[in-house]
Amino acid sequence: MSVNASPTFAPGARVRIIDLKKQGHVRTPIYVREKVGTIDYFCGAFENPEDRAYGRVGGARIPLYRVRLMQRDLWPDYEGPDNDSLVLEIYDHWLQPA
Amino acid sequence: MNSDDPDHDHHHDHAHSRHPTREDDDVALSYGEAKFLALKSMLIEKGVLTADQIRRRHEINDLLTPHQGARMVAKAWVDPAFKARMLKDAKTAAIELGIEVTEAELMAIENTPTCHNIIVCTLCSCYPRSLLGEPPPWYISKAYRSRAVREPRKVLREFGLSFPDTVEVRVHDSNADLRYVVLPMRPHGTDALSETELADLVSRDCLVGTALPAQDAS
Repeated sequence: MSVNASPTFAPGARVRIIDLKKQGHVRTPIYVREKVGTIDYFCGAFENPEDRAYGRVGGARIPLYRVRLMQRDLWPDYEGPDNDSLVLEIYDHWLQPA
Repeated sequence: MNSDDPDHDHHHDHAHSRHPTREDDDVALSYGEAKFLALKSMLIEKGVLTADQIRRRHEINDLLTPHQGARMVAKAWVDPAFKARMLKDAKTAAIELGIEVTEAELMAIENTPTCHNIIVCTLCSCYPRSLLGEPPPWYISKAYRSRAVREPRKVLREFGLSFPDTVEVRVHDSNADLRYVVLPMRPHGTDALSETELADLVSRDCLVGTALPAQDAS
């Protein structure tokens, strides 16, 4: 694991995935923006794909987390039971404490 | 993480068929395909890459099969210490089995009696090629990529899998730097099977979470 930036959120922390409204090679899908979930796992620190995609390589590494969201919070009409969930990877700058 | 890693770059995840784009295809080239072919000839012309290096990469991609992932699962079923290492760091565990891993990071997600896992990449079609080879067409279809996160139980039912409400269905969107493989549960009644026979029970789709291992390979 490439860890050279410390995590700012601990596992279990409640976080809001914000909407930076940034264009281009952005890895935060629209369907999770403004949704609240829980930090599941700290993946390590990675270069920002929003820069790397345009050749700006070698920049600072930023913490990446796996964030778990309940399907009920993502889709109000979700067909399954309340404990179904979804986990995805979100970079630190897209997260705020919730 | 190795930034020179050829499979890490997301642009390599957009391929929509097993085979490279053909200049003489019967259907018209899309904008992206035309751009890809133009870029390829420029890279060769400028001496950045040789045609042979590109050919060699296609050859390697074509050799990769889901068998590597199946082998890893069978090993985890018979060797609890290996399973623990695989769940902690799947990339190191794969390398331990002699698998050439080109992904920057690999994570194994374990199915349990109370949680079934399914993998999707909603943004493109990220896939653990070192372990599973090229993804099947349905994995990169827009239908799977959008529906797997929106109505996973319905999608699973279409694959022939249905789970009671007491089992959590957990979707993993492979949207950024990690690549995922599902570690399915070992089927009952397989105690007498060898590791090789066990690997034969694990199909590609089991490793994505859209199937369960068969009790026998027939």
